[in-house]
Amino acid sequence: MAKQSNEPALWALFSAGGVMAAFVIPVHLFLLGLAFPLGWIPAPGYEYLHSFVRLPLTRLYLFVLCFLALFHWAHRFRYTLYDGLQIKHLNELIFFCCYGGAILGTVWAGYLLWNFR
Amino acid sequence: MSDTRQAARYTEYHPRWYRPRVSTWWWLGRWPYLKFILREISSVFVAWFVVVLLQQIRALSRGPEAYAAFERWLQNPLIVLLNLITLFFVVFHAITWFNVAASAMAIRFHGKRVPDLLIVGTNYAAWAAISLVVAWFLVRS
Repeated sequence: MAKQSNEPALWALFSAGGVMAAFVIPVHLFLLGLAFPLGWIPAPGYEYLHSFVRLPLTRLYLFVLCFLALFHWAHRFRYTLYDGLQIKHLNELIFFCCYGGAILGTVWAGYLLWNFR
Repeated sequence: MSDTRQAARYTEYHPRWYRPRVSTWWWLGRWPYLKFILREISSVFVAWFVVVLLQQIRALSRGPEAYAAFERWLQNPLIVLLNLITLFFVVFHAITWFNVAASAMAIRFHGKRVPDLLIVGTNYAAWAAISLVVAWFLVRS
């Protein structure tokens, strides 16, 4: 169960994820979610993206991005539920759903990137 | 975490005291409270971005047809709207994150504290530079 000693490590992941998310997610999301689909900027072709993601360094970057961003979400969302909605009686359940979700997402990212062909 | 848990466990055996019930919607009343909750909610959109990114990686791995289907999915008006809202929240996260950077890391140089404005300014400059680098890799016509 959640011991006191877990908290600094979880907070460090939250903080690292916050830095990572702040620096790179806005530009990624603007391009991928808006500028490319709406045709404001020509989207990169399949061949280029595919060979680019195959590079080990790109995959490492994508994995670290997913891992830290998910743990950032898990930590912050956990406290949103505690403080915002005041559902403190579900502490354990929230704890396992948040970090469990982050772990599942990280494993999924690792699986996809490791087996990327 | 442990503090709230300890407190919760303690109060179970504590005689009832007067504690006014705080509404679930306490954060709607004032702008600073609302801003706090919006900042916290931004994490949900950070997670949504990871989901989109992983879908992209999966589609890329599956081949050109799968990737074309992924690109069509991104053009669905509902997804575009969701991504527009997501952009607002991730930019909100970035701005609020950089603005407290000076308080989070008090850097000293020659015994003097580096001015807050310099630390925050450096963060914004790095944000712009990193965004340009990412865009340089992704924008290929």
